[in-house]
Amino acid sequence: MTALTLGAEKVGAGTTPARGRTTKGASRQPGSGAIWKIGTAVIVAYALFPVLWIASLSLKSTADVGDRKLIPVSPTLENYRGIFTSGEFVRPLINSIGISLITTLIAVIIAAFAAYAIARLDFPGKGLLLSGALAIAMFPPVSIIGPLFNIWRDVGLYNTWPGLILPYMTFALPLAIWTLAAFFREIPFDLEQAAQVDGATPYQAFRKVILPLALPGVFTSAIIVFIFCWNDFLFAISLTSTDAARTVPAATAFFTASSNFINPTGQIAAAAIVVTVPIILMVLVFQRRIVAGLTAGAVKG
Amino acid sequence: MTATTTQAPADKKPSGGPRKTTDRAQAERRLGIKLAAPAAIIMLLVTAYPILYAVYLSLFRYDLRVPEENAFVGLDNYILILSSGIWWQSVFATALITVVSVAIELVIGLAFALVMHRAVFGRRTVRTSILIPYGIITVIAAFAFRFAVQPDTGFIGDLNPLGGPVGSFATIILTEVWKTTPFMSLLLLAGLATVPEELQEAAKVDGATAWQRLWKITLPNMKGAILVALLFRALDAFRIFDTVYVQTAGQFNTQTISGLGYNALITRVNLGLGSAISILLFLMIIAIAFLFVKGFKTNLGAVKGDR
Repeated sequence: MTALTLGAEKVGAGTTPARGRTTKGASRQPGSGAIWKIGTAVIVAYALFPVLWIASLSLKSTADVGDRKLIPVSPTLENYRGIFTSGEFVRPLINSIGISLITTLIAVIIAAFAAYAIARLDFPGKGLLLSGALAIAMFPPVSIIGPLFNIWRDVGLYNTWPGLILPYMTFALPLAIWTLAAFFREIPFDLEQAAQVDGATPYQAFRKVILPLALPGVFTSAIIVFIFCWNDFLFAISLTSTDAARTVPAATAFFTASSNFINPTGQIAAAAIVVTVPIILMVLVFQRRIVAGLTAGAVKG
Repeated sequence: MTATTTQAPADKKPSGGPRKTTDRAQAERRLGIKLAAPAAIIMLLVTAYPILYAVYLSLFRYDLRVPEENAFVGLDNYILILSSGIWWQSVFATALITVVSVAIELVIGLAFALVMHRAVFGRRTVRTSILIPYGIITVIAAFAFRFAVQPDTGFIGDLNPLGGPVGSFATIILTEVWKTTPFMSLLLLAGLATVPEELQEAAKVDGATAWQRLWKITLPNMKGAILVALLFRALDAFRIFDTVYVQTAGQFNTQTISGLGYNALITRVNLGLGSAISILLFLMIIAIAFLFVKGFKTNLGAVKGDR
């Protein structure tokens, strides 16, 4: 994987001079032509159409699901009532929220320490840690589900929350380390030095000076890590067997309707809307940060 | 020397006296290792150990349904897989989905990035809405498109694309493209921001058309960003599992390598054979990454000041 590091570092080295030159929007000539307005409309429609379609399905009664109409003729909330009374959805929802939040919290704290060390301190093994993290981020999860399945059953982690939190951590950590390291590198170095000149230890400089400045980045990587955990499917169906730890994506795939005689489409759609709305709200509020975080980890390297 | 090493300077108050720089450097090294260690240990434990264990398992006949027959078989699992048509079919399906979807994503993603870069009105709206596909759970997106094209729930009539191979691949690729183009376009947007505006102006003065400016200035100047975006997406697409599982469950030869591995490992609990499949996938991912890195090296020398 050394080759990969070398490439990544070169990309990073190439970025540094460019950054200073970029004058954001100052010299940019905004297009005023109709083509950009149409383009904007196309993107919005592109992003929203499948969501609206699912929302429409979720509001249709069992009789109307097959009517091929985009707007429900007689909107009903029966699907939402169905998923919240059957328990087949509520428990996985709790699992998803709990597992994703715990993973995010632990991963971001541990990654913040590592990213700080990478961005600010000189220590042996730094390059190895960064390249190792990148290698793991590229790793196919299916390569470790077999061994984990075997080990987890032996040590009693199969079908438990920690049994999912641990593998999520390995993939969440590289994500968080890269994003955070990119953010930490932007923090003015002088401040930390000033604090150390004033008598702060490296640790105090971290906690009292750098951490407050780094919090937006920490927050951003938390969102990205949360979305990763929230989205996972392969680990969730491989390492769980019942509702004790099964998360929403896995439960949705095995969904049977609350009654055996109705088509589960409407209820799956309702469940989809319930897990999608919080993400949409998060995206609405933190749009700028998420964009910065996604590109900071990848492009700035 | 031992005395200096054992003193932990991180929690020691500065004595006021002049400290040696080597002392300080060493303190920094130790703090660095301390801070990085937890992350490194966890990543090693849950990744390096299982992957080594998978290599070990792949050399055995190891079937949980017939544990009494477990035995060391050397490379037999690999030989069995590499000589099987099902394996090559899954390699073909995975490669097809990866190449077609990443190619489409590059074109659409670039168009979206250009729009986001230029748009003045609704800039916030457009950047927010493009994040929605990124934030949606892949399984949910797969269901959304499955429901949309199925005759009993959809709106495209009796076409039923999921009833045949061509339509199945098309639906899977459509879903992948919808879900991951936003990520691609955001990476490209970051690359676009680094293209010097003066060059665009100069070309405009010289009478270059918009199309010429795109090909002669914009694209060559963001080659680095394009390569990074392609690398990230190609490696991600090559692991595809969720969409295929939900939409076709591998029917009509759409089974991917990850799906094949999952079936062997979890559905049939044949850990030996399944591990060999997953190790082969791992090696292929490394090979793809390696090829891209070679691309980086040759290109970055030529493109100065690129992101």
